[in-house]
Amino acid sequence: MKKVPDSQGRFGPYGGRYVPETLMPALLELEQEYATARKDRGFRAELAYYLKQYVGRPTSLYHAARLTKKLGGAKIYLKREDLCHTGAHKINNAIGQVLLAMRMKKPRIIAETGAGQHGVATATAAAMFGLECEIYMGTEDMQRQALNVFRMRLLGAKVTGVDAGSRTLKDAISEAMRDWTTNVRTTHYILGSVLGAHPYPMMIRDFQAIIGQEARKQILAAEGKLPDYLVACVGGGSNSIGLFHAFLGDKKVKMIGVEAGGTGIESGKHAARFFGGKPGVLQGTMTYLLQDEDGQINLTHSVSAGLDYAAVGPEHSLYHDLKRIQYTYATDDEAMAAFDLLATAEGIVPALESSHAIAEVVKLAPTLKKSNIIIANLSGRGDKDVQQVARMRGVTL
Amino acid sequence: MTGRIESTFQRLRQANKKALIAYLMAGDPTLADTERLVLEIEQAGADIIELGVPFSDPIADGPVIQLAAERGLRSGTSLRKILVMMKSLRARTQVPVVLMVYYNSIHAMGLETFCRAAGEAGVDGLIVPDMPPDEAGPLKGPAAAAGLRLIFLLAPTSTTERREYVAKESQGFLYYVSLTGTTGAKIQNMAEVGKNVGKIKKATKTPVAVGFGVSTPDDAAQVSAMADGVIVGSAIVKQIAAHQQSSDMPGHVGRFVASLKSAMNGRA
Repeated sequence: MKKVPDSQGRFGPYGGRYVPETLMPALLELEQEYATARKDRGFRAELAYYLKQYVGRPTSLYHAARLTKKLGGAKIYLKREDLCHTGAHKINNAIGQVLLAMRMKKPRIIAETGAGQHGVATATAAAMFGLECEIYMGTEDMQRQALNVFRMRLLGAKVTGVDAGSRTLKDAISEAMRDWTTNVRTTHYILGSVLGAHPYPMMIRDFQAIIGQEARKQILAAEGKLPDYLVACVGGGSNSIGLFHAFLGDKKVKMIGVEAGGTGIESGKHAARFFGGKPGVLQGTMTYLLQDEDGQINLTHSVSAGLDYAAVGPEHSLYHDLKRIQYTYATDDEAMAAFDLLATAEGIVPALESSHAIAEVVKLAPTLKKSNIIIANLSGRGDKDVQQVARMRGVTL
Repeated sequence: MTGRIESTFQRLRQANKKALIAYLMAGDPTLADTERLVLEIEQAGADIIELGVPFSDPIADGPVIQLAAERGLRSGTSLRKILVMMKSLRARTQVPVVLMVYYNSIHAMGLETFCRAAGEAGVDGLIVPDMPPDEAGPLKGPAAAAGLRLIFLLAPTSTTERREYVAKESQGFLYYVSLTGTTGAKIQNMAEVGKNVGKIKKATKTPVAVGFGVSTPDDAAQVSAMADGVIVGSAIVKQIAAHQQSSDMPGHVGRFVASLKSAMNGRA
């Protein structure tokens, strides 16, 4: 497969740089700084140091024996990104970008957040390096993820609610882009997923690719062969591309990306871009979008704030068209059932986002042979979701 | 080929005057109001009309125009309906009209279909705030075929390289964004605006208009001393919002536009 993106940030017809002129110089500077940094042994060593000593990498590849037995099919491994410091894969990218911001001498960091995991990771990295930090979050998400809002504030970040549109991730990104446009000379915008204008989708993929690089080595060590399937949830798509990327050249490894099916595709209340979306431009990039005939962006729905977004990373759009990755969806109900199952079968409370990946494993594993192997990315832990789940079940804590 | 935009700047230059480019959000509060407002503000002295196309996620816009876009969408405004209105407007006025339209609205309609329809409806140019010239390749052919000018933006952050590149690409006029920020913010440094406009004018013969942050007659007068055109958006949209309930809303807006124009003429 050809290496993507090209020099213009294109993944086939997707990607690019659809931003106001004010941001173009900053994107070009970031692209250049990143190109220099990735070749700089000092930068790589520093990043590796923090990933090991601070984040706790490598994360384990855990054989979920009881889940495997319960589902009665393929052997299931979980890539334990939930064990990262701050509880999700988001920190891999946040540390990388904070190091870049310091190379560019930008003293202020901003970020958007949906579920709050990227906001927490960014606030954490900013705190560790002593940078000023402001996080934009939709007011609907602030309510769903109140615990993470408090965590970010504990870490010294300013959390600003965004009360526009659907009051979720999309609106938080727009507001962060407006802040960046205004304060671009002093501020670095740490986008949290493989979205936005070039070089973000490429750079964030590279920072997350460590997930798959580790998993590939770990599965070869444990089983002496590659897995048959990789499964991960897809919001913007950073944990999934992170797991998949090291395996793209392994033709026999099948990959499944799981979108948020909400209350079902027919209901219209979902965030499954490959089921009803079509290509368009949102927030800097050309990609599959949920939009109406006039190109207005649709409101989305998912039980999981981290998957509740109308666009998907442009690299995913390319692999969708090439059929290199198969995309499917799990509904809110299926994700909730998987959430309970993993908690009771393995003693692991998964994030609601990651529960979508587990829901697909529940469907897939029984159809496969015992000699088949599935690796599912457990992208985050569910501590942040406990309050929301209690509320949904009418339990007062 | 000389179009309505070029002949407007020529006429003004010969009269030693500057262009007032007035922005309206189409469909705010209704498309019928927009049609009336275009005629009203042309009477009041607007030389070029910039018509915003409401979009659900306007990343380049500040709160005033975001709210106007929401009102426009609520009144059922779409790009297709705006072009129908444009056609009827062209029977009554030859004032140049440029659309400020986010790329996805054009993309959803199809680049060729849109350009053909816009050209036929009498639109003169396009400002696509989330499409730098680097991404304009696919739109250039259809726009040229339909006689639409592609107007690009420069910002205070633009480097010399980008200034030369964008200046070369922009048609009709060049839109200088007076500040780092979104529409409706306040110009922080008038001297910097003058300096940057001077640099741009060295790079191109295309007229340079300044927008984002021009909100008062005094701002307009100061900017018109530096540039070929003054773009006023949020301040006009605010007038529309403030007088929504008044039966003389177009009159209020017209008087505000006239006050901008007379301030510019006093200095030009």
